[in-house]
Amino acid sequence: MAGIVAVVTGLLFGAGLAASGMTNPEKVQGFLDLTGVWDPSLMFVMGGAVVVTLISFRFILKLSRPVFSEQFHMPSSTAIDTRLIIGAALFGTGWGLVGYCPGPALAAIAYLNSDVMIFLVAMFVGAFLGQELLKPR
Amino acid sequence: MEVAEFEALLPLAGGLSIGLAATLLLMLSGRIAGVCGIAFGVLTELTSGAPRFSEISWRVLFIVGLVGGAALYHFISGAPMPKVDNVSIGVLISGGFIVGLGTKIGSGCTSGHGVCGLGRLSLRSFVATCTFMLFGVISVYIFRHLLGVI
Repeated sequence: MAGIVAVVTGLLFGAGLAASGMTNPEKVQGFLDLTGVWDPSLMFVMGGAVVVTLISFRFILKLSRPVFSEQFHMPSSTAIDTRLIIGAALFGTGWGLVGYCPGPALAAIAYLNSDVMIFLVAMFVGAFLGQELLKPR
Repeated sequence: MEVAEFEALLPLAGGLSIGLAATLLLMLSGRIAGVCGIAFGVLTELTSGAPRFSEISWRVLFIVGLVGGAALYHFISGAPMPKVDNVSIGVLISGGFIVGLGTKIGSGCTSGHGVCGLGRLSLRSFVATCTFMLFGVISVYIFRHLLGVI
């Protein structure tokens, strides 16, 4: 079941990213370009998605367990620390520089464009380095 | 500030579909639809020394769905696929690298902290979302308007 759920939710997610314009780096940079010609359209993506999760998560997290799984796998950390801020700041900087965040970059594999592939390889190398840096030693 | 002409309906519909995907994944499988968490989890498993097939398979299937969903959208709607133009390889590599590093260190991206974290009213995710949005804006300002590299 986990596999079917993953494919179906992936499809909905990927179609949503493509429809909304998130897979178009130019559009993303236009959204972040507050000091130039601002394109507000991507506000509606985040807005639409968060309105749904704000409502649905209220009910889901009251369930004793998910429908097809033993337990919820929720992030445990609530810490607002330098690690969080530095990570988010680095991510934001790269997001602005190229216009891809991880989800849309992966979905954009569909466009069979070499630029996306280069971005993705670099992204996984960065994530691997992050993983090694975070390992307790 | 100048505001471009824009369309709201399609982005809103896309956002609702993303929200629905996150809802179903949490309700049915108990998982948070944070794409970097899902994707980098594959990397963690593969480099752990004892990879668990069940932890890898659903993550890979989600990514396959992600790619398929984007392809299907363009196929059905006939909307042209966006092109990436004039991006230097140095920009792509450095951008990709800090996106991967940053989302790993900061434990989340636009979907994990943004869509799901805000949905469960996590203060940590709210702070992360404000931070990456702010730095995204600063980044475009610096690289587009000051340095002119993008």
